[in-house]
Amino acid sequence: MAVVETRKLTKVFKQGELGAVNEVDLVTREGEFLVFLGPSGSGKTTLLRMIAGLESPTAGEILIGGKVVNDLTPRERRIAMVFQSYALYPHLSVYNNIAFPLKAQKVAKNLHKEKVEWAASLLGIQGLLKRKPRELSGGERQRVALARAIVREPAVFLLDEPLSNLDAKLRLSAREELERFHRRVGTTTIYVTHDQVEAMAMGDRVMVLNKGVVRQLGTPKDVYDDPADTFVATFLGSPPMNLIETEDLIIGFRPEHFRLAEDMKELDKVPFKFRVENVEYLGAEFILAGFLVGGKADGKKVIARLLLGHNFEIGSTYDFAVPERQLKFFDRTTEKKVPARALSWQ
Amino acid sequence: MAVGTAKIKSAGAAQSPLLGFAMFSPAVLYIVLLIGAPFVLAIFYAFSDARIGGGQLHYVGLENFRSIMQSPSFRQAVKNSIIFTICAQIIVLVCSNILSIALEKPFRGRGLVRFLILLPWVAPVSLGTIGWKWILDSIYSVITWLLIWLGFVNRYTPPMWLGQENLAMASVILVHCWRLIPFSTVILLAGRTAIPKEIPEAAAIDGAGFWRTLFQINLPMMIPILGVAVLFGTIFTFTDMTVVYILTNGGPYDSTQTLPNLAFSQGIQGSDLAAGAAISVFLIPVLVVIAYLMLRVAHRAEVN
Repeated sequence: MAVVETRKLTKVFKQGELGAVNEVDLVTREGEFLVFLGPSGSGKTTLLRMIAGLESPTAGEILIGGKVVNDLTPRERRIAMVFQSYALYPHLSVYNNIAFPLKAQKVAKNLHKEKVEWAASLLGIQGLLKRKPRELSGGERQRVALARAIVREPAVFLLDEPLSNLDAKLRLSAREELERFHRRVGTTTIYVTHDQVEAMAMGDRVMVLNKGVVRQLGTPKDVYDDPADTFVATFLGSPPMNLIETEDLIIGFRPEHFRLAEDMKELDKVPFKFRVENVEYLGAEFILAGFLVGGKADGKKVIARLLLGHNFEIGSTYDFAVPERQLKFFDRTTEKKVPARALSWQ
Repeated sequence: MAVGTAKIKSAGAAQSPLLGFAMFSPAVLYIVLLIGAPFVLAIFYAFSDARIGGGQLHYVGLENFRSIMQSPSFRQAVKNSIIFTICAQIIVLVCSNILSIALEKPFRGRGLVRFLILLPWVAPVSLGTIGWKWILDSIYSVITWLLIWLGFVNRYTPPMWLGQENLAMASVILVHCWRLIPFSTVILLAGRTAIPKEIPEAAAIDGAGFWRTLFQINLPMMIPILGVAVLFGTIFTFTDMTVVYILTNGGPYDSTQTLPNLAFSQGIQGSDLAAGAAISVFLIPVLVVIAYLMLRVAHRAEVN
């Protein structure tokens, strides 16, 4: 097991263009499950590929287990990677797919069978060893890819959107399985995804990236409750955080904190008049879209997420409020988080 | 709307079967007149005593086959055709593999290099081969001149590239390879680019080096396309007579004689149409077997 570290890691694909990854500093913790989260084009996969050794950095250093590995080939880095497409070798049986890393790394032949069986039993695919990849379902392929990755007992696990090829139902069970798998092997794991739900559910820590820059690195709770900037605030959460621009600030609050004033027990609350324009009934909750009425924020669009129990009429105005401690403040120009301050809304 | 037009069109075709017939008749005519008729004629001649300028034809049964089988030239030609084909295929496969690997990754001037490599295939066979005849000439050979200059070869006993038995065979094979490599390279390049990028990357992560990735991952995945390249290459080589005809015309002493060239020289130049036809017909079962084997390999790889 080992710690992955990057120092001012940068990748520029075309000279003169903006980098795909810009000066990323990162230190993983021993055995943690770290998620790189970002929209497509945010540089998360490029960053992972540089750590894997499939892409050479333009500048900066990569360290694995305290050793600079910039000039090492992927095989010398002792990493394992699971690709988005799983990249199983289509002409080899499952057994030979899993045994391939052992052969390639010249592990003694008499150990192959034992190790392949160990990896296969860890993922519950002992029954599939004779099959070819094309005879497997999506979930089985994923397990074979994981078995192939684990068989050589790597120092670091890299996973590149391994769930995105599965259908929604399978994705949930595969996610749980991955979590259990990580708890069992305890290897430092870096997981790339664009799915905030996956990131929140699986990550010990989440690193949010946008345009090749790290926006925030923290526990799922940190990035959700205390976003470092407006990008993180709106990327996480569905529906995203409401942002209201004032003269010099951007005020944010989550839809679930925007509730009927009469229901709110908190003493410090900021009242708003809310005119409902659209109601979505989602079974367990309502999503209300509308705009604020009166005061400085007049006409600003906001979204509220409420539990059932009330009836709302489109076109009517209601008394809503946000607990004061749930208000987030961002600088209008830098869009970065700033300390909370008192506001007058009238 | 689109469905409506399609219906009208097919209805029109159904109403006038003549139109459909007129549309595909050029292809049928081409095949019947230029491939089918000569093929039937060759089989017919092979069992007759046809001569150029000869009068009546007689059915002679297997007499032509019996006589060519006894001819030392024919036996030599069979042997040479096999050597020619196998050696050329091995060299072509190795070289075109190397070239396709070299040309896969982008580099400055790749387009130009690809164009240059394709040239031997695009240029007319006869012109290219005549160029080689000059390069391999007994007096004016630029290769000999270079070897003398480098000191590898004695100025007074230079190699006769097309005049010594083994050298002549090697020359014929190499010139043919020069012609076939571009074609094979293009096919293999297509096969190589069809492999998803992640697979060789996964192999690199798994710890495989260049050779292991090549022989255990890339080449096995390319078997169908390799099958196609070998199938075409074999047929082009086995039936080709241009290179042999222009460079050596089968000489010296039949050492480079191949079946197509022998058929031409006996049948057309030697006026013995029946013998030429019998030699050509002899090629058919061989080619059918090769085609069958190759298609089976390609099909099996596809299924897997």
